[in-house]
Amino acid sequence: MEFNAGEYDVIVIGAGHAGCEAALASARKGCKTLLLTLNLDALAMMPCNPSIGGTGKGHLVREIDALGGEMGKVIDKTFLQSKTLNTAKGVAVQSLRAQADKKKYQQVMKYVIENTDNLDLKQQEAVKLLVEDGKIKGVVTHTHAVYDAKAVIICSGTYLKGKIIIGDVSYSGGPNGIFPANKLSESLKELGFELLRLKTGTPARVNKRSIDFSKVEIQYGDKEVTPFSFENETLEFDEQPCYLAYTNEKTHEVIRANLHRSPLFSGDIEGTGPRYCPSIEDKIVRFSDKERHQLFIEPEGLGTNEMYLQGMSSSLPEDVQLAFLRTIEGLENVEIMRVAYAIEYDAIEPTQIKHSLETKLVRGLFTAGQINGTSGYEEAAAQGIVAGINAANYVNKKAPLILNRTNSYIGVLIDDITIKGTSEPYRMFTSRVEYRLMLRQDNADLRLTPIGYEEGLISEERYLALKSYEKRVEDEKERLKSVKIKPNKENNKMLEELNTTPLKKTISVYELLKRPKIDYNDTACFDKDRPVLKRREYEQVQTQIKYEDYILKQKQAVKKFKAMEEKELPSDINYDLIKNLRLEARQKLNKIRPANIGQASRISGVSPSDINVLLIELVKMKE
Amino acid sequence: MISKDTIAAIATSIGQSGVSIIRISGEGAFNVAERLFRSKNKSFLDLSKNSITHGFIIDPKTNKEIDEVLISKMVSPNTYTGEDTVEINCHGGIGVTKEILNVVINNGCRLAEGGEFTKRAFLNGKIDLVQAEAISDIITARTKEFKQTALDSLKGKLSEKIGDIKEDIINLLSHLEVTIQYPEYDIEDLTDEEIKEILVTIKEKLKKLISTFDKGEILKDGVNIAIVGKPNVGKSQLLNQLLGSEKAIVTDEAGTTRDVVDEMINIGGIPVKLSDTAGIRDTSSKVERIGIEKSKSIMKSAKVILFVVDSSQKLDKDDIEIFENIDKDKKIIAVLNKTDLKLNEETEVFFNEIKDIEVIKISALNGENIEKIYKKIYNIISNSENNELNDVLVSNERHKNLLNNAYESVENALGNLDMGFEVDLVSIDINNALESLGEITGENTSDQVIEDIFKNFCVGK
Repeated sequence: MEFNAGEYDVIVIGAGHAGCEAALASARKGCKTLLLTLNLDALAMMPCNPSIGGTGKGHLVREIDALGGEMGKVIDKTFLQSKTLNTAKGVAVQSLRAQADKKKYQQVMKYVIENTDNLDLKQQEAVKLLVEDGKIKGVVTHTHAVYDAKAVIICSGTYLKGKIIIGDVSYSGGPNGIFPANKLSESLKELGFELLRLKTGTPARVNKRSIDFSKVEIQYGDKEVTPFSFENETLEFDEQPCYLAYTNEKTHEVIRANLHRSPLFSGDIEGTGPRYCPSIEDKIVRFSDKERHQLFIEPEGLGTNEMYLQGMSSSLPEDVQLAFLRTIEGLENVEIMRVAYAIEYDAIEPTQIKHSLETKLVRGLFTAGQINGTSGYEEAAAQGIVAGINAANYVNKKAPLILNRTNSYIGVLIDDITIKGTSEPYRMFTSRVEYRLMLRQDNADLRLTPIGYEEGLISEERYLALKSYEKRVEDEKERLKSVKIKPNKENNKMLEELNTTPLKKTISVYELLKRPKIDYNDTACFDKDRPVLKRREYEQVQTQIKYEDYILKQKQAVKKFKAMEEKELPSDINYDLIKNLRLEARQKLNKIRPANIGQASRISGVSPSDINVLLIELVKMKE
Repeated sequence: MISKDTIAAIATSIGQSGVSIIRISGEGAFNVAERLFRSKNKSFLDLSKNSITHGFIIDPKTNKEIDEVLISKMVSPNTYTGEDTVEINCHGGIGVTKEILNVVINNGCRLAEGGEFTKRAFLNGKIDLVQAEAISDIITARTKEFKQTALDSLKGKLSEKIGDIKEDIINLLSHLEVTIQYPEYDIEDLTDEEIKEILVTIKEKLKKLISTFDKGEILKDGVNIAIVGKPNVGKSQLLNQLLGSEKAIVTDEAGTTRDVVDEMINIGGIPVKLSDTAGIRDTSSKVERIGIEKSKSIMKSAKVILFVVDSSQKLDKDDIEIFENIDKDKKIIAVLNKTDLKLNEETEVFFNEIKDIEVIKISALNGENIEKIYKKIYNIISNSENNELNDVLVSNERHKNLLNNAYESVENALGNLDMGFEVDLVSIDINNALESLGEITGENTSDQVIEDIFKNFCVGK
């Protein structure tokens, strides 16, 4: 029999990376929050790769941190090695990535959650959403407990109707041996949500003691580590190496000989998998002329011998997996501890949610993470913090926080999925970001911490620290304009030593810094009395000066972009009545219901001429 | 899109009219005019409101005078668009008008989209709702029309060529991006030299395409076809038949058509400019002399020459002389007119013996076999191998502007590479080039690079 189990402002369903950030944001904003999870031991679990960050994703983690989220802080405490990627390709595309101690990461996150005020954590499966008059009212769990709530955030990851596929074996299951959540999908369907069936996969975990490390390449991280969180300046860690191995012709032979046993090729898998995450069999079929494929062997943690085999995800049967792994040099005697599997799960078609991450169908119901068709811990956490903030704002009757394409990667992510939808799990890439020169990971704090502060997730102390950092950067930039370098012999000799052209007329250090390959420290010889700056500070100075001209150009583009975003489309507009719209545009607009002209222009199937028609319509409506 | 930028376009219909008007509208209109306009006493900005002033348009780059003009200065909000507006009344003719438009665009305007002046007028409250409905229709109609022509041109080689360049750029970008997104995979980074090499190839291709624009202009103004022949063999009658109406003066007296008569017709979708030349004949009459000079120059620019003779007569000295004057590299159709009369066998034999010449017997009087001429002209201009028409790809001002943007972006990328800037900056310019090309074909290019990465590179966990 159902019983009333309590009343909350916000209930978060699922305690993965999205759910944890959502629950923390909501509770920290003062909402009485309940975090439900199928299994407390699965909180903040990383069921796939043992790392946080990476290209594009590193930006997301820095942004989550800048808004006052937890992911960056937790990984700073639990990483095993860290690397800034793309150091040779310019700051705009540099991203941090850290190998994580998975268990420790979970523990630290769980401890933070357990010690957060206003936040209850319970092991319960949510099976039904309670909705009245299009408004969320609460959640029923599998033990028939009824929790009333003003807002609900679903962060169901890959659990909804999860199905594990290993070769010809398949069974109902969630990730990593956890139970699936088989009932909530029905509740969503009943409410009218269109569901998608998506697929992802993970490679095998093998025992470290069964690997011959003399036959593989060792890989270390950076010596000087950059923290994810603004709150940390230096970090202590116990570095663990990763290793690099290669498949060979024998590996490929084994795989080719067993392709008929793959559910992907036989058609047993119905879900759409991500192209950026192909299985090894997929790679061998599609890139048949490639002689070898890389695989990265990464530690899962300090207290375990499990090693993750990046690059080897597969849905071939277990015996085939073992056979092909053992053809690889260094893995001749490898023992599999967890077999690679593919997992299928339900998600909602993400054009059914608003930029606030509230669903368009049910007021007060929010979704974040893989349920929205994304993939990745970082993408999930990024949505989690936004959903948490906005559920709290909804409860407190405040305006939602809408991040956009011009201020954050998170804004790009949310805009992409809610406007364009997705047919495969969506992953962040820096190339999805139009203004990536402005949206660097190094200035995430400057971009977003003021927003986090306004939303009440950033402490006064941290905000002031940011302001003082910002001021020191500005002051130094100003100062560098007044430090002149004369074109004399001595200076020109030093310039030649820096491999840059000598001077013909006097310039400032500021101007010299605009030259490529000249960094702040290189210019110290022309600027003997410079103040002592922290690394973060002078790096920021140098980047801002170097990119100034290009950033100005991007700002012009942003201005144009924003003008379109400011042209709001009324929520009750009936596109069927606008006769000059083409049919496809009309259908798409009716379905997605963009909030403004800018959004409308990004919908596939809406042409520039449709946009003109809409612009005219808007002015007519104003008259 | 509605924006604050300044737009310009030719406001009069393009043709052989006496005067053309170029309209400039927007915040920067007066500043643009200030840069280009020179008059005796005053600079443009000092001219009084709503005035018309005589002066000259110069190209500020070269200080070269382009044309003598009347310029109107109309101050917001009392203008058609409601914005500051400048109208330049210049001498008609495509050459001058286009040249002025080019200078205008190079000095702070962009080319107006179809219907944009009217749209601005509406948005600035200069016209009412009823009119707005009409405009909305016009805009869609224009788009349809544009689509139709766009489709025509895109069906052909233009889209192929742009597609080819786009593919080069996408390949380059996806290679650059894949090494950014997957820094640790064993995909070789392109060296700066390799990137440069690819960019230079792209640049050359763009340049070649842009250079076809002028030829494209010829196409837009019509493929020239000259009708030549001695007086009174029925040239004007033939022209009238081809036009389907009576425009040229037809008399029995030799030498009536003294001016060159130009008419545009459409043959299978290709605009054709028919020039009926005055009868080419040695003459002392001054007026006729001018007409004949013109005829000769028209023959020069003509693609196809219709050489008309009276087939009922034996060819005489005049016929032969004219025929000898025709450049034999041209496509020549010998039109044996007046089949309604008795055929002169000698004349027929004469043409049958000449190779590489098409012979069509017609009667311009009753229209017999006129359609054969249409067909022949069509075949010649649409099929001939080394036909410059096949090279004509860019015939649209908007396309040319976008191609120029792409070209400049590629140059910027090369410049930045030379200066030693890193991939994140260089890729911005390359991306801009891609976007410009995408605008020509109306495609959103943003996802194409990512698509290409997964198609061509083996990456991912």
